[in-house]
Amino acid sequence: MENLINIGVRSIFIDNMIFAYFLGMCSFLAISKKVKTAFGLGIAVIFVIGITVPINWIIQNKVLVPGSLAWLGEDFANIDLGFLQFIVFISVIAAITQLTEMAVEKFSPALYGTLGIFLPLIAVNCSVLGAALFMVGRPYNLAEATVFGIGSGIGWMLAIVALAGVREKMKYSNVPAPLRGLGITFILVGLMSLGFLSFLGFSL
Amino acid sequence: MSTEAVVVEKIEEKKSEPLFSKKNKKLISNPLDMDNPITVQILGVCSALAVTTQMKPAFVMSLGLTIVTASSNVVISAMRDTIPSRIRIIVQLAIVSLWVILVDQLLKAYVYDVSKQLSVFVGLIITNCIVMGRLEAYAMGNKPWPSFLDGIGNGLGYGLILMTLAFFRELLGGGSLFGFKVFEAMGIHYTGNGLMLLPAGACILLGIIIWIQRTLNGHRESH
Repeated sequence: MENLINIGVRSIFIDNMIFAYFLGMCSFLAISKKVKTAFGLGIAVIFVIGITVPINWIIQNKVLVPGSLAWLGEDFANIDLGFLQFIVFISVIAAITQLTEMAVEKFSPALYGTLGIFLPLIAVNCSVLGAALFMVGRPYNLAEATVFGIGSGIGWMLAIVALAGVREKMKYSNVPAPLRGLGITFILVGLMSLGFLSFLGFSL
Repeated sequence: MSTEAVVVEKIEEKKSEPLFSKKNKKLISNPLDMDNPITVQILGVCSALAVTTQMKPAFVMSLGLTIVTASSNVVISAMRDTIPSRIRIIVQLAIVSLWVILVDQLLKAYVYDVSKQLSVFVGLIITNCIVMGRLEAYAMGNKPWPSFLDGIGNGLGYGLILMTLAFFRELLGGGSLFGFKVFEAMGIHYTGNGLMLLPAGACILLGIIIWIQRTLNGHRESH
Protein backbone atom coordinates (compact mmCIF):
# COMPACT_ATOMS: atom_id res chain seq x y z
CA MET A 1 0.00 0.00 0.00
CA GLU A 2 2.78 2.42 0.95
CA ASN A 3 4.44 1.53 -2.28
CA LEU A 4 1.29 2.41 -4.24
CA ILE A 5 0.95 5.80 -2.53
CA ASN A 6 4.58 6.47 -3.27
CA ILE A 7 4.14 5.67 -6.97
CA GLY A 8 1.02 7.84 -7.06
CA VAL A 9 2.75 10.85 -5.50
CA ARG A 10 5.80 10.37 -7.70
CA SER A 11 3.77 10.26 -10.90
CA ILE A 12 1.67 13.30 -9.97
CA PHE A 13 4.37 15.65 -8.72
CA ILE A 14 7.94 14.48 -9.25
CA ASP A 15 7.70 12.70 -12.60
CA ASN A 16 4.99 15.06 -13.80
CA MET A 17 4.20 14.30 -17.45
CA ILE A 18 4.45 17.95 -18.45
CA PHE A 19 7.11 19.46 -16.25
CA ALA A 20 9.50 16.53 -16.10
CA TYR A 21 9.01 14.80 -19.48
CA PHE A 22 7.26 17.34 -21.72
CA LEU A 23 4.67 14.85 -22.86
CA GLY A 24 1.36 16.05 -24.20
CA MET A 25 2.70 19.55 -24.75
CA CYS A 26 0.78 20.20 -27.95
CA SER A 27 -2.71 20.05 -26.51
CA PHE A 28 -1.28 21.49 -23.28
CA LEU A 29 -0.33 24.66 -25.14
CA ALA A 30 -3.26 24.77 -27.53
CA ILE A 31 -6.14 24.16 -25.11
CA SER A 32 -4.99 26.09 -22.05
CA LYS A 33 -6.62 29.43 -22.77
CA LYS A 34 -9.60 28.88 -20.46
CA VAL A 35 -9.68 27.07 -17.11
CA LYS A 36 -13.03 25.43 -17.80
CA THR A 37 -12.12 23.67 -21.04
CA ALA A 38 -8.68 22.82 -19.66
CA PHE A 39 -10.34 21.09 -16.71
CA GLY A 40 -12.70 19.10 -18.97
CA LEU A 41 -9.85 17.92 -21.16
CA GLY A 42 -7.84 17.03 -18.06
CA ILE A 43 -10.62 14.78 -16.75
CA ALA A 44 -10.90 13.03 -20.11
CA VAL A 45 -7.15 12.46 -20.19
CA ILE A 46 -7.15 10.98 -16.66
CA PHE A 47 -9.91 8.62 -17.76
CA VAL A 48 -8.15 7.47 -20.94
CA ILE A 49 -4.69 7.05 -19.33
CA GLY A 50 -6.22 5.30 -16.31
CA ILE A 51 -7.82 2.70 -18.58
CA THR A 52 -5.19 2.26 -21.29
CA VAL A 53 -2.16 1.79 -19.03
CA PRO A 54 -3.53 -1.32 -17.24
CA ILE A 55 -4.85 -2.75 -20.55
CA ASN A 56 -1.49 -2.23 -22.18
CA TRP A 57 0.21 -3.76 -19.12
CA ILE A 58 -1.87 -6.92 -19.56
CA ILE A 59 -1.13 -7.06 -23.29
CA GLN A 60 2.57 -6.42 -22.74
CA ASN A 61 2.96 -9.11 -20.09
CA LYS A 62 0.59 -11.75 -21.48
CA VAL A 63 1.23 -11.37 -25.21
CA LEU A 64 4.23 -9.28 -26.23
CA VAL A 65 7.14 -10.12 -23.90
CA PRO A 66 9.27 -13.09 -25.06
CA GLY A 67 8.03 -16.24 -23.33
CA SER A 68 4.78 -14.59 -22.19
CA LEU A 69 2.69 -16.65 -24.61
CA ALA A 70 3.51 -19.78 -22.58
CA TRP A 71 -0.09 -19.83 -21.29
CA LEU A 72 -1.19 -20.84 -24.80
CA GLY A 73 0.96 -23.98 -24.73
CA GLU A 74 4.57 -25.16 -25.03
CA ASP A 75 4.89 -24.27 -28.70
CA PHE A 76 4.25 -20.60 -28.16
CA ALA A 77 6.80 -20.10 -25.38
CA ASN A 78 9.60 -18.96 -27.69
CA ILE A 79 7.73 -16.34 -29.69
CA ASP A 80 8.86 -12.72 -29.31
CA LEU A 81 6.26 -10.21 -30.46
CA GLY A 82 8.05 -7.20 -28.94
CA PHE A 83 8.40 -5.42 -32.28
CA LEU A 84 4.61 -5.09 -32.48
CA GLN A 85 4.56 -3.00 -29.29
CA PHE A 86 4.00 0.44 -30.84
CA ILE A 87 1.26 -0.58 -33.20
CA VAL A 88 -0.61 -2.60 -30.56
CA PHE A 89 -0.39 0.14 -27.95
CA ILE A 90 -1.54 2.88 -30.29
CA SER A 91 -4.44 0.74 -31.52
CA VAL A 92 -5.58 0.14 -27.94
CA ILE A 93 -5.38 3.86 -27.22
CA ALA A 94 -7.23 4.84 -30.39
CA ALA A 95 -9.92 2.25 -29.69
CA ILE A 96 -10.40 3.33 -26.06
CA THR A 97 -10.57 6.97 -27.11
CA GLN A 98 -13.20 6.12 -29.70
CA LEU A 99 -15.18 4.12 -27.10
CA THR A 100 -14.93 6.95 -24.57
CA GLU A 101 -16.22 9.35 -27.17
CA MET A 102 -19.19 7.14 -28.02
CA ALA A 103 -19.99 6.49 -24.36
CA VAL A 104 -19.89 10.17 -23.46
CA GLU A 105 -22.02 11.01 -26.50
CA LYS A 106 -24.64 8.45 -25.49
CA PHE A 107 -24.85 8.99 -21.75
CA SER A 108 -24.08 12.66 -21.33
CA PRO A 109 -24.78 14.74 -24.42
CA ALA A 110 -24.19 17.94 -22.42
CA LEU A 111 -20.64 16.97 -21.49
CA TYR A 112 -20.09 15.78 -25.06
CA GLY A 113 -21.05 19.23 -26.28
CA THR A 114 -18.40 20.88 -24.11
CA LEU A 115 -15.66 18.33 -24.75
CA GLY A 116 -16.63 17.32 -28.30
CA ILE A 117 -13.60 18.31 -30.32
CA PHE A 118 -11.04 17.53 -27.62
CA LEU A 119 -12.03 13.91 -27.14
CA PRO A 120 -10.64 12.46 -30.41
CA LEU A 121 -7.49 14.54 -29.89
CA ILE A 122 -6.60 12.45 -26.84
CA ALA A 123 -5.60 9.56 -29.12
CA VAL A 124 -2.66 11.63 -30.33
CA ASN A 125 -1.81 13.10 -26.93
CA CYS A 126 1.77 11.99 -26.38
CA SER A 127 1.28 11.63 -22.64
CA VAL A 128 -1.06 8.66 -23.13
CA LEU A 129 1.34 6.66 -25.31
CA GLY A 130 4.23 7.99 -23.22
CA ALA A 131 2.71 6.62 -20.01
CA ALA A 132 2.28 3.21 -21.66
CA LEU A 133 5.91 3.19 -22.84
CA PHE A 134 7.28 4.34 -19.46
CA MET A 135 5.20 1.64 -17.76
CA VAL A 136 6.93 -0.98 -19.94
CA GLY A 137 10.35 0.33 -18.95
CA ARG A 138 9.66 0.02 -15.21
CA PRO A 139 9.07 -3.18 -13.24
CA TYR A 140 5.46 -2.45 -12.22
CA ASN A 141 2.79 -5.03 -11.40
CA LEU A 142 -0.83 -4.53 -12.48
CA ALA A 143 -1.91 -2.50 -9.42
CA GLU A 144 1.17 -0.30 -9.59
CA ALA A 145 0.66 0.26 -13.32
CA THR A 146 -2.94 1.36 -12.70
CA VAL A 147 -1.90 3.80 -9.97
CA PHE A 148 0.89 5.08 -12.20
CA GLY A 149 -1.56 5.65 -15.06
CA ILE A 150 -4.12 7.51 -12.98
CA GLY A 151 -1.39 9.51 -11.24
CA SER A 152 0.13 10.59 -14.54
CA GLY A 153 -3.30 11.72 -15.69
CA ILE A 154 -3.90 13.73 -12.52
CA GLY A 155 -0.47 15.34 -12.85
CA TRP A 156 -1.27 16.33 -16.44
CA MET A 157 -4.62 17.79 -15.42
CA LEU A 158 -3.08 19.83 -12.57
CA ALA A 159 -0.51 21.22 -14.97
CA ILE A 160 -2.98 22.26 -17.68
CA VAL A 161 -5.42 23.83 -15.17
CA ALA A 162 -2.57 25.76 -13.52
CA LEU A 163 -1.30 27.05 -16.87
CA ALA A 164 -4.81 28.02 -17.96
CA GLY A 165 -5.23 29.96 -14.71
CA VAL A 166 -2.03 31.90 -15.32
CA ARG A 167 -2.86 32.54 -18.98
CA GLU A 168 -6.28 33.95 -18.10
CA LYS A 169 -4.50 36.56 -15.97
CA MET A 170 -1.95 37.25 -18.73
CA LYS A 171 -4.61 39.25 -20.58
CA TYR A 172 -4.01 42.10 -18.17
CA SER A 173 -0.26 42.33 -18.62
CA ASN A 174 1.68 44.26 -21.19
CA VAL A 175 3.79 41.69 -23.01
CA PRO A 176 6.13 42.77 -25.86
CA ALA A 177 4.25 42.16 -29.12
CA PRO A 178 6.51 39.49 -30.70
CA LEU A 179 6.54 37.55 -27.43
CA ARG A 180 2.76 37.43 -27.11
CA GLY A 181 0.94 34.13 -27.32
CA LEU A 182 3.28 31.19 -27.75
CA GLY A 183 6.54 32.85 -26.71
CA ILE A 184 5.44 34.03 -23.29
CA THR A 185 3.61 30.74 -22.72
CA PHE A 186 6.86 28.81 -23.14
CA ILE A 187 8.64 31.07 -20.68
CA LEU A 188 5.73 30.59 -18.25
CA VAL A 189 5.95 26.80 -18.60
CA GLY A 190 9.68 27.02 -17.96
CA LEU A 191 9.14 28.96 -14.74
CA MET A 192 6.40 26.60 -13.59
CA SER A 193 8.68 23.67 -14.32
CA LEU A 194 11.33 25.26 -12.08
CA GLY A 195 8.70 25.44 -9.36
CA PHE A 196 7.92 21.76 -9.73
CA LEU A 197 11.62 20.99 -9.21
CA SER A 198 11.05 21.66 -5.53
CA PHE A 199 9.26 18.30 -5.34
CA LEU A 200 12.48 16.57 -6.33
CA GLY A 201 13.72 14.08 -3.78
CA PHE A 202 10.33 14.05 -2.08
CA SER A 203 9.25 10.53 -1.13
CA LEU A 204 6.74 8.93 1.21
CA MET B 1 -2.22 17.62 -32.03
CA SER B 2 -3.02 21.25 -32.36
CA THR B 3 -5.67 22.04 -34.88
CA GLU B 4 -5.53 25.70 -34.12
CA ALA B 5 -2.82 26.68 -36.52
CA VAL B 6 -3.46 24.04 -39.11
CA VAL B 7 -5.17 25.29 -42.20
CA VAL B 8 -6.00 23.01 -45.04
CA GLU B 9 -3.85 23.97 -47.97
CA LYS B 10 -4.49 23.00 -51.53
CA ILE B 11 -2.42 23.36 -54.59
CA GLU B 12 -3.91 23.84 -57.98
CA GLU B 13 -2.83 20.84 -59.90
CA LYS B 14 -1.52 21.16 -63.42
CA LYS B 15 -0.62 18.35 -65.75
CA SER B 16 2.77 19.59 -66.90
CA GLU B 17 4.20 20.98 -63.69
CA PRO B 18 7.98 20.61 -63.38
CA LEU B 19 9.18 18.57 -60.39
CA PHE B 20 10.74 21.57 -58.68
CA SER B 21 8.40 24.36 -59.70
CA LYS B 22 8.23 27.57 -57.66
CA LYS B 23 5.24 26.28 -55.74
CA ASN B 24 6.98 23.03 -54.87
CA LYS B 25 10.09 24.86 -53.70
CA LYS B 26 7.89 26.91 -51.40
CA LEU B 27 6.65 23.69 -49.83
CA ILE B 28 10.18 23.16 -48.57
CA SER B 29 11.17 26.72 -47.72
CA ASN B 30 7.94 27.87 -46.01
CA PRO B 31 8.12 25.49 -43.01
CA LEU B 32 11.65 26.71 -42.29
CA ASP B 33 10.46 30.14 -41.22
CA MET B 34 6.98 31.61 -41.76
CA ASP B 35 5.19 28.31 -41.31
CA ASN B 36 7.58 26.54 -38.95
CA PRO B 37 5.97 23.46 -37.39
CA ILE B 38 7.24 24.19 -33.88
CA THR B 39 7.24 27.94 -33.50
CA VAL B 40 4.19 28.79 -35.61
CA GLN B 41 1.99 25.71 -35.93
CA ILE B 42 2.71 24.54 -32.32
CA LEU B 43 3.22 20.95 -33.47
CA GLY B 44 5.76 18.46 -32.17
CA VAL B 45 6.81 20.46 -29.13
CA CYS B 46 7.18 17.53 -26.72
CA SER B 47 10.08 15.82 -28.42
CA ALA B 48 11.69 19.14 -29.38
CA LEU B 49 12.21 19.91 -25.71
CA ALA B 50 13.03 16.42 -24.52
CA VAL B 51 15.76 15.25 -26.90
CA THR B 52 17.75 18.45 -27.25
CA THR B 53 20.20 18.21 -24.33
CA GLN B 54 22.84 17.12 -26.85
CA MET B 55 23.36 17.64 -30.56
CA LYS B 56 23.71 13.98 -31.55
CA PRO B 57 20.32 12.64 -30.40
CA ALA B 58 18.69 15.82 -31.69
CA PHE B 59 20.19 15.17 -35.11
CA VAL B 60 19.11 11.52 -35.18
CA MET B 61 15.62 12.51 -34.02
CA SER B 62 15.22 15.14 -36.78
CA LEU B 63 16.39 12.64 -39.36
CA GLY B 64 13.94 10.00 -38.09
CA LEU B 65 11.04 12.42 -38.02
CA THR B 66 11.76 13.71 -41.52
CA ILE B 67 11.80 10.17 -42.89
CA VAL B 68 8.59 9.21 -41.11
CA THR B 69 6.71 12.38 -42.08
CA ALA B 70 7.72 12.27 -45.72
CA SER B 71 7.03 8.57 -46.21
CA SER B 72 3.70 8.48 -44.38
CA ASN B 73 2.64 11.59 -46.29
CA VAL B 74 3.30 9.73 -49.55
CA VAL B 75 1.44 6.59 -48.49
CA ILE B 76 -1.58 8.43 -47.11
CA SER B 77 -1.70 10.75 -50.09
CA ALA B 78 -1.63 7.79 -52.48
CA MET B 79 -4.60 6.15 -50.74
CA ARG B 80 -6.44 9.33 -49.73
CA ASP B 81 -9.49 8.62 -51.88
CA THR B 82 -10.09 5.17 -50.44
CA ILE B 83 -9.92 6.02 -46.70
CA PRO B 84 -13.38 6.37 -45.10
CA SER B 85 -13.32 9.63 -43.15
CA ARG B 86 -14.79 8.12 -39.95
CA ILE B 87 -11.87 5.79 -39.31
CA ARG B 88 -9.14 7.86 -40.91
CA ILE B 89 -7.31 8.55 -37.63
CA ILE B 90 -6.83 4.85 -36.95
CA VAL B 91 -5.70 4.22 -40.53
CA GLN B 92 -3.24 7.11 -40.29
CA LEU B 93 -1.91 5.88 -36.95
CA ALA B 94 -1.42 2.37 -38.31
CA ILE B 95 0.61 3.61 -41.28
CA VAL B 96 2.67 5.99 -39.18
CA SER B 97 3.46 3.26 -36.67
CA LEU B 98 4.67 0.96 -39.45
CA TRP B 99 7.25 3.56 -40.47
CA VAL B 100 8.18 4.27 -36.88
CA ILE B 101 8.76 0.57 -36.20
CA LEU B 102 11.09 0.48 -39.22
CA VAL B 103 13.04 3.54 -38.05
CA ASP B 104 13.22 2.17 -34.50
CA GLN B 105 14.57 -1.20 -35.63
CA LEU B 106 17.14 0.52 -37.88
CA LEU B 107 18.33 2.75 -35.03
CA LYS B 108 18.62 -0.25 -32.70
CA ALA B 109 20.63 -2.11 -35.31
CA TYR B 110 23.09 0.62 -36.33
CA VAL B 111 23.32 3.29 -33.60
CA TYR B 112 22.35 1.43 -30.45
CA ASP B 113 23.69 3.99 -27.94
CA VAL B 114 21.73 6.87 -29.50
CA SER B 115 18.65 4.67 -29.62
CA LYS B 116 19.02 4.03 -25.87
CA GLN B 117 19.43 7.74 -25.22
CA LEU B 118 16.28 8.62 -27.15
CA SER B 119 14.37 5.95 -25.14
CA VAL B 120 10.62 6.33 -25.61
CA PHE B 121 10.87 9.32 -27.90
CA VAL B 122 11.38 7.30 -31.07
CA GLY B 123 8.12 5.49 -30.32
CA LEU B 124 6.53 8.82 -29.62
CA ILE B 125 7.11 9.93 -33.22
CA ILE B 126 3.81 8.06 -33.79
CA THR B 127 1.96 10.62 -31.73
CA ASN B 128 4.21 13.46 -32.80
CA CYS B 129 1.74 16.08 -33.82
CA ILE B 130 3.79 17.13 -36.85
CA VAL B 131 3.22 13.78 -38.55
CA MET B 132 -0.51 13.65 -37.77
CA GLY B 133 -0.96 17.36 -38.43
CA ARG B 134 0.62 17.23 -41.87
CA LEU B 135 -1.31 14.08 -42.79
CA GLU B 136 -4.59 15.74 -41.85
CA ALA B 137 -3.84 19.16 -43.27
CA TYR B 138 -1.91 18.31 -46.39
CA ALA B 139 -1.61 14.70 -47.47
CA MET B 140 -5.35 14.04 -47.28
CA GLY B 141 -5.95 16.63 -49.99
CA ASN B 142 -2.90 16.60 -52.25
CA LYS B 143 -0.98 14.39 -54.67
CA PRO B 144 1.93 12.19 -53.48
CA TRP B 145 4.82 14.27 -54.86
CA PRO B 146 3.84 17.63 -53.27
CA SER B 147 2.98 15.70 -50.10
CA PHE B 148 6.46 14.19 -50.08
CA LEU B 149 8.02 17.66 -50.39
CA ASP B 150 5.71 18.96 -47.67
CA GLY B 151 6.89 16.17 -45.37
CA ILE B 152 10.55 16.88 -46.10
CA GLY B 153 10.01 20.61 -45.59
CA ASN B 154 8.29 20.21 -42.25
CA GLY B 155 10.89 17.69 -41.11
CA LEU B 156 13.61 20.19 -41.96
CA GLY B 157 11.79 23.02 -40.20
CA TYR B 158 11.51 20.83 -37.12
CA GLY B 159 15.17 19.85 -37.43
CA LEU B 160 16.24 23.48 -37.71
CA ILE B 161 14.64 24.42 -34.38
CA LEU B 162 15.88 21.19 -32.77
CA MET B 163 19.47 21.79 -33.82
CA THR B 164 19.37 25.43 -32.69
CA LEU B 165 18.02 24.41 -29.28
CA ALA B 166 20.50 21.55 -28.94
CA PHE B 167 23.39 23.80 -30.00
CA PHE B 168 22.78 26.27 -27.18
CA ARG B 169 21.81 23.65 -24.62
CA GLU B 170 24.86 21.47 -25.19
CA LEU B 171 27.25 24.43 -25.53
CA LEU B 172 26.05 26.30 -22.44
CA GLY B 173 25.05 23.27 -20.41
CA GLY B 174 27.98 20.96 -21.01
CA GLY B 175 30.51 23.11 -22.84
CA SER B 176 30.65 20.75 -25.81
CA LEU B 177 29.29 20.28 -29.34
CA PHE B 178 28.57 16.79 -30.70
CA GLY B 179 30.50 15.56 -27.65
CA PHE B 180 33.57 17.63 -28.57
CA LYS B 181 34.73 19.77 -25.62
CA VAL B 182 34.86 23.21 -27.26
CA PHE B 183 35.95 25.29 -24.28
CA GLU B 184 38.62 22.83 -23.16
CA ALA B 185 40.07 22.77 -26.67
CA MET B 186 40.37 26.57 -26.54
CA GLY B 187 42.01 26.32 -23.14
CA ILE B 188 39.20 28.02 -21.23
CA HIS B 189 37.78 26.50 -18.08
CA TYR B 190 34.00 26.35 -18.31
CA THR B 191 31.59 25.18 -15.64
CA GLY B 192 28.41 23.86 -17.24
CA ASN B 193 25.20 25.75 -16.58
CA GLY B 194 22.87 23.10 -15.16
CA LEU B 195 19.73 25.13 -15.88
CA MET B 196 20.24 24.61 -19.62
CA LEU B 197 20.05 20.84 -19.21
CA LEU B 198 16.79 21.00 -17.25
CA PRO B 199 13.39 21.01 -18.98
CA ALA B 200 12.85 24.50 -17.61
CA GLY B 201 15.90 25.86 -19.42
CA ALA B 202 14.70 24.35 -22.70
CA CYS B 203 11.29 26.00 -22.35
CA ILE B 204 12.73 29.42 -21.63
CA LEU B 205 15.26 29.06 -24.45
CA LEU B 206 12.51 28.09 -26.90
CA GLY B 207 10.46 31.08 -25.73
CA ILE B 208 13.40 33.34 -26.51
CA ILE B 209 13.96 31.72 -29.93
CA ILE B 210 10.30 32.37 -30.77
CA TRP B 211 10.67 35.95 -29.59
CA ILE B 212 13.68 36.54 -31.85
CA GLN B 213 12.10 34.78 -34.82
CA ARG B 214 8.89 36.79 -34.55
CA THR B 215 10.77 40.05 -34.16
CA LEU B 216 12.56 39.25 -37.42
CA ASN B 217 9.66 37.97 -39.52
CA GLY B 218 6.92 40.16 -38.11
CA HIS B 219 4.53 37.35 -37.13
CA ARG B 220 2.20 38.55 -34.36
CA GLU B 221 -0.37 36.84 -32.20
CA SER B 222 -3.06 38.36 -30.04
CA HIS B 223 -3.24 37.12 -26.46
